[in-house]
Amino acid sequence: MGIFDRNKHSQKRRVYTSNQQIDIPIKNALVNVHTYQQRQDTAGAIPDKMFEKCPGCARAVFGEDLTDNLHVCTYCGHHFRMPARERIEITADPGSFEEFGETLVGGNPLEYPGYEEKLDGLREKTGLTEAIVTGECTIGGNPCVLAVMDGYFMMGSMGAAVGEKFTRAAERAVEKKLPLVTFTVSGGARMQEGLVSLMQMAKTSAVLTKMDEAGLLYLVVLTDATTGGVTASFAMLGDITLAEPDAIVGFAGKRVVEQTVKQALPEHFQKSEFVYQKGFIDRIVQRKELKDILTSILKLHAGGDA
Amino acid sequence: MANSAWLSVQLAREFIRPTAQYFINNIFDDFVEMHGDRLFADDAAILGGIGFFNGIPVTVIGQEKGLDVNEKVKRNFGSAHPEGYRKSLRLMRQAEKFKRPVICIVDTQGAYGGVGAEERGIGEAIARNLLEMSRLRVPVLSIIIGEGGSGGALALAVSDRIAMLENSVYSILPPEGFANILWRDPSKAPEAAQFMRMTAREVCDMGIVDDVIPEPKEGAKNDDGGMMAMEVKKYIAQQLPKLMETPIDKLLKKRYKKIRAFGNEYIQE
Repeated sequence: MGIFDRNKHSQKRRVYTSNQQIDIPIKNALVNVHTYQQRQDTAGAIPDKMFEKCPGCARAVFGEDLTDNLHVCTYCGHHFRMPARERIEITADPGSFEEFGETLVGGNPLEYPGYEEKLDGLREKTGLTEAIVTGECTIGGNPCVLAVMDGYFMMGSMGAAVGEKFTRAAERAVEKKLPLVTFTVSGGARMQEGLVSLMQMAKTSAVLTKMDEAGLLYLVVLTDATTGGVTASFAMLGDITLAEPDAIVGFAGKRVVEQTVKQALPEHFQKSEFVYQKGFIDRIVQRKELKDILTSILKLHAGGDA
Repeated sequence: MANSAWLSVQLAREFIRPTAQYFINNIFDDFVEMHGDRLFADDAAILGGIGFFNGIPVTVIGQEKGLDVNEKVKRNFGSAHPEGYRKSLRLMRQAEKFKRPVICIVDTQGAYGGVGAEERGIGEAIARNLLEMSRLRVPVLSIIIGEGGSGGALALAVSDRIAMLENSVYSILPPEGFANILWRDPSKAPEAAQFMRMTAREVCDMGIVDDVIPEPKEGAKNDDGGMMAMEVKKYIAQQLPKLMETPIDKLLKKRYKKIRAFGNEYIQE
């Protein structure tokens, strides 16, 4: 947990410049030139800052450049995490996305104190109702159902609402005989909803049998970071599985694994390149090439000229 | 002062708590154990094979924590690697071919969180089992006998009928983990246990399991001369014929409907 916490980099970080090396204290992973008050106002919201600090190369990247470059660092190619809305914007053909299930929310099965308030706060900040956005769209002219998770909403964790929205997206695909394209980013099953969250793993996996029966394509794009109960359910069940570079993809959290095995972990452990090498991913795709690849794959599943 | 949920957690983890092999030895005749996933290895954390239940051939798959310290280590304390889940899926598919019902015995703190498990795709192995069990064309009956922890337990618990022993527990993760993640304090595990609604009665009230099998007052023990096993045998004898009588398509529809409805009572639009 805590992998989306931007404030975790409170330690000093070593920054290399062309001719000298300096240590600068970093309070926030996102370095920006806003005033303190402004930062408070936008904390947790989607960064529209003038500069952002790249977690890959530690350089400050001009915000507009970053947006123009699909949130990929203009210096080192690091793929920044993307909120669901922006992901849809760069994936779906302009104006084609029609959302469904946007009013669907879950409950508080364990009566977890403060849970509803936390969700309300996140709804206000993110403009989303839950950690997944579902809709119909075209990608490169190919109609499909698109489900996109959002890591800024409760770490993209899956409770009853996320499970239900994903399930309905698959059902919509079956009903309309469309492929389902899913972008995953998730901390796993949502702790606050207890066993109800765990059961969503069964539900979201089982609904994919309906896609099988209908002979429909289920395509997954794994993005940073996809972990836990989502990895152990619909994220790993794609007919075709793509991943963005350098994305964390795993089941147990890295710290849990470290504590379990008490040894140094392999290089790139749980990074998409590692998972690819182990045979669980079809292709690692650069973000700027993703739409073209998706378009080609969708086209290949549209029946051809036969 | 221990609360009753924490007491259940402790009873479920007792050293002398009956494990899968106790139930297998006392319930099934002519049990023959089978090994290996045909892909990588045999995982001793999951024990599977074929035996007779009251004269009916069945496939039995259980998480096995082991009896003494040596065996517990050998069996990785019942925490399976991907090959364990892949072995269980292999045996389930075999059961499907020979039209044998499947009986799953759940007892794990969770799937193993180690390097090899990640390298060999523990997430994929669990996910695949969840999907395939939802459409397995033979009856599946699950019994949680001790700890039902996380996705590792769920991967043997997608079934037509599921029961928990009275002092077993079923949760999204062990209470220590819950307390650590949400309250940053693993020592608050007893409070977490109470909070998480993980006891058999609570899970049954939530509709996530169907039945609770009563235990003796002091909890089930593996030296009870098979008394606890007889209770479980009685339960299977009640449920299994009903499942076997139901036409398989009808059974699958019912199974799917149950899975599809998980959590629906909390959905608002």
